[in-house]
Amino acid sequence: MTAETIVLPGAPPTGLGLPRWAQLMIVPVVLIAAWEALAQLGWINLIFFPAPSQIAISACKMIASGELLRHFADSLRRIAIANTVAIGIGVPLGFFMGLYRPFENLMDGIVNLVRPIPPLAWIPLAILWFGVGEKAVVFITSISAFFAILLNTIAGVRAVEKSLVRAALSLGATESVLIRKVILPATLPHLFTGFRIALGVSWMSIVAAELIAASSGLGFMISYYREVIRTDLILVGMLSIGVVGFLMDRGLIWLEGKLLPWRVRLEL
Amino acid sequence: MAVKLEIAGVSKHYPGHDGISVHALDGVSFGIEDGEFVSLLGPSGCGKSTLLHILAGFEAATAGRVVLDGRPISGPGADRGMVFQDYALFPWKTLIENVTFGLELRGMTRDERERIARDYIALVGLTGFENRFPHQLSGGMRQRCALARSVANSPEVLLMDEPLAAIDALTRNQLQEEILKVCAARDGVPRKTVVYVTHSIDEAVFLSDRIVVMTPRPGRILQVLEVPFGYPRTDATRLDSRFSPLVAEIWQTLKVHMVQAIDSGRN
Ligand SMILES: Nc1ncnc2c1ncn2[C@@H]1O[C@H](COP(=O)(O)OP(=O)(O)O)[C@@H](O)[C@H]1O
Ligand SMILES: [Mg+2]
Repeated sequence: MTAETIVLPGAPPTGLGLPRWAQLMIVPVVLIAAWEALAQLGWINLIFFPAPSQIAISACKMIASGELLRHFADSLRRIAIANTVAIGIGVPLGFFMGLYRPFENLMDGIVNLVRPIPPLAWIPLAILWFGVGEKAVVFITSISAFFAILLNTIAGVRAVEKSLVRAALSLGATESVLIRKVILPATLPHLFTGFRIALGVSWMSIVAAELIAASSGLGFMISYYREVIRTDLILVGMLSIGVVGFLMDRGLIWLEGKLLPWRVRLEL
Repeated sequence: MAVKLEIAGVSKHYPGHDGISVHALDGVSFGIEDGEFVSLLGPSGCGKSTLLHILAGFEAATAGRVVLDGRPISGPGADRGMVFQDYALFPWKTLIENVTFGLELRGMTRDERERIARDYIALVGLTGFENRFPHQLSGGMRQRCALARSVANSPEVLLMDEPLAAIDALTRNQLQEEILKVCAARDGVPRKTVVYVTHSIDEAVFLSDRIVVMTPRPGRILQVLEVPFGYPRTDATRLDSRFSPLVAEIWQTLKVHMVQAIDSGRN
């Protein structure tokens, strides 16, 4: 899995001789240092732009008190439930739609009608149906995850090479063997892509849903501290989402590498 | 010898997007004997793949019949093994798992199917690579693996669609000999019946008992030739004084037809 990068002739050598992780740190470190300097000099309003050192202190306090972890755990649990539901419905449905054209013709209209509705537009209905709390948030989050998984599953089934199917049939595969032993494994890379996208959009919609329809979770936390104008804690919440989202995505990529070692990944 | 595979008056029309259907095959008839190696030779577009796909059961003929061992072919099945130009190996399976795929479907025990698979893997010279994934093998090795996978499943007929078209010329010569070796009779297993699609005259002459020369628009049989060499075939076959004249003769026949096709504005 070595990454090949295209280097333009005459381009300056990249990296300043630093390892990759260090290169990635350059811009954030410079920005944070400048921000801290401006704050210390009193050139920016600390109520709207709290100093990075202040954010760090607040973050430590929130971690120590367990508050951050509690909100984080609530959001994570909802994401886990929502994605389980989305996978449970989206993967089988995507397989049927990808495999059987008449079924796809039947379902395609409704799918394409509902899909463009942003998850946020479901919030009012979700609150009326489920009340403020866990169920409404899970519902909204699973809608966005569901479509990501459904569409990638269908695309994956469609992308299975005809010659693989033919090879299997000529080796004696029945339809059920074909689906379980050829189409399913051939679709796994697309399924993983679907899971990654679903997880990404889950974080986007769960925060929005918790802003309005929950009394816990990272989204709720951000919204709550807006009311008491604690920008440092708002930023702690935002950064937590960024870090967790990044780590989960990396985790899935790692898992894919472990589970699908045959996958030749092209990276530019 | 007994006729193994009978192709009688086979025509194929593909419905076109704009209502103009493509006439891919027109009244093709010939028989293939048990243990015979027959090549379908012709320029691209003459319906070689179409005919092979009809034999494999992937496509239905618009008219005519194809009969294997007295039974009409109505769909794909393990009695007709297929080797593809793009190998069609299962990328998530290792080499040996690819070769055992068909054997597992027949309900063989693990020991039994691995013993057979190792035997064929050795026959195509891939011993030591059993646990590699296809993407870790060269093109030539992948096609050897695909060949082993098909032959290990002991089909009645082996169908190959330009299996060496994507292989470099040096490896190709070597693989031609290996294909013959794999298809030859050995310890009680009779010689394979093979239908081999190629657009290389040399290849058809080197490999075949008989060559079915085809021409396009619509796909028809131009002539059927007997190749005068016995088996096994080796480098000496390529140097035989009858080899080059036969290749040249086939080329002249095809060329005359292709020039006619250009003259009549059909090409
Ligand atoms: N699935 C298909 N749909 C429509 N036309 C096809 C299809 N497959 C092949 N053809 C047409 O049939 C003719 C014969 O094709 P093919 O059997 O692939 O020839 P060959 O293998 O000899 O190159 C060509 O004109 C080709 O364009
Ligand atoms: Mg072809």
